[in-house]
Amino acid sequence: MTENTQTFETATPEEVPAIAERLKGEGYRMVQICGVTKTGCTEVLYSFDRDFSVRNFKVDVPFGTPVKSITPWYWAAFVYENEVHDLFDVEFTDSRLDYKGNFFRMSRKTPWKGKEAEETKEGA
Amino acid sequence: MGKRTIVPFGPQHPALPEPVHLDLELEDETVVRAIPSIGYVHRGLEKLAEKRDYNDMIYVMERVCGICSFGHGWGYAGAVEGLMGVRIPDRAECLRVMFHELSRVHSHLLWLGLLADGLGFDSLFMHCWRIREKVLDVFEAITGGRVIMSFCKVGGVRKDLTPEMLKMVKDTCDMIEDEMRKTALVFMKDSSVRNRLCGTGVLTKEDVIDLCAVGPVARGSGVNNDVRTTSEMYRSLGFEPILYDEGDCWSRCMVRVDEIMQSLDIIRNAIANLPEGDVSVPVKGNAPVGDFMFRVEQPRGEAFYYVQGNGTKNLSRARVRTPTNINIPAMTKMLQGCNLQDVSMLVITIDPCISCTER
Repeated sequence: MTENTQTFETATPEEVPAIAERLKGEGYRMVQICGVTKTGCTEVLYSFDRDFSVRNFKVDVPFGTPVKSITPWYWAAFVYENEVHDLFDVEFTDSRLDYKGNFFRMSRKTPWKGKEAEETKEGA
Repeated sequence: MGKRTIVPFGPQHPALPEPVHLDLELEDETVVRAIPSIGYVHRGLEKLAEKRDYNDMIYVMERVCGICSFGHGWGYAGAVEGLMGVRIPDRAECLRVMFHELSRVHSHLLWLGLLADGLGFDSLFMHCWRIREKVLDVFEAITGGRVIMSFCKVGGVRKDLTPEMLKMVKDTCDMIEDEMRKTALVFMKDSSVRNRLCGTGVLTKEDVIDLCAVGPVARGSGVNNDVRTTSEMYRSLGFEPILYDEGDCWSRCMVRVDEIMQSLDIIRNAIANLPEGDVSVPVKGNAPVGDFMFRVEQPRGEAFYYVQGNGTKNLSRARVRTPTNINIPAMTKMLQGCNLQDVSMLVITIDPCISCTER
């Protein structure tokens, strides 16, 4: 299957709720949210689809900085926000369904973030 | 208002082959609210991409799931090919479509069997799984594997099919179609099946859009987000999205029954129109700095693959968003207002794959 219609845009953590509200109003479907560890921050990727075209928003979230949840507009986002919280330690505020770190049961706390993540890489 | 009680459902339950937990808030025997809980067997497979060569990572990706293994291999390969700017030969693309549709046939047959088992219709369950075995036999004869086939690779597919193999695939499709024509009638007309499925677990079109549901769950409510719609190869092989409007368990079941028949047609068309040429191109060198996303319509719905290159042989990120992930919110909506005795069947109708979800 081909993916010719995909765009990557950047946004700030403060812009996330407004983007979600606008895209919901324009009829976009939320596809997914995921995290990527960068130096000093987690890059959170939000993907939305309309008519098989995908808009991806990259949001650099500095470690320790909370982001507003998009569950008021996309309730289904609770699955990804809790996942990103548990794996990357990104805090989402005002979530409609917050598992408070109990979504995944793992032997390592936030395996994708900071020192623990680096130790895992070195131990590979 | 009756007394409210919380009934734990799972993670170990006869209806669930894999661990998922639901806290069911009941008023008498009616479910008022369901809170899902997963994460019992999270494997962290995505993280391995940081340490594995991107060409080798496909072996990990196809182990995300034992049912839609081929699709996960394709999704990952498609994302890496996009990142590397590689175009695979048409023959390879056509063979991928063929294998993927065979996977859809066996996955839907597996699901129909599980549904029949959930209904207490054990002879129907056995019929469905007996038919499914024929697809696994084809996989074994061609690739040597019944579950993990390692047929897909970054740059195409690992081997070409001989005319004898293609004939075997076509004959198997004919045989399955013949069997399915009889078996489908049971799902369509049998009163014991219809009584349990019709009008149960209704999800409206608005619910599906609001909850971002995908796959047969969405198509059973009349929403087409089947990503095969965008594929030129699929369109040329006669693909049309199958939609039902009722939004109940029966609609979701019939979407899958019809998709089996359509997949068999697509496979036969692929064999008849298989382009000549190579089945792979070499993909070498470091992955460039950049991103690419790719989607595959798995039997359970749209799966999303995202890769991020960093100029080395490893990837900074390989992400898989599986259809069950996004259908869990829709499942909780379906459960609201249902009777306790229907919970296991409603859970089955989203075809949950916790193995995929806990990648």
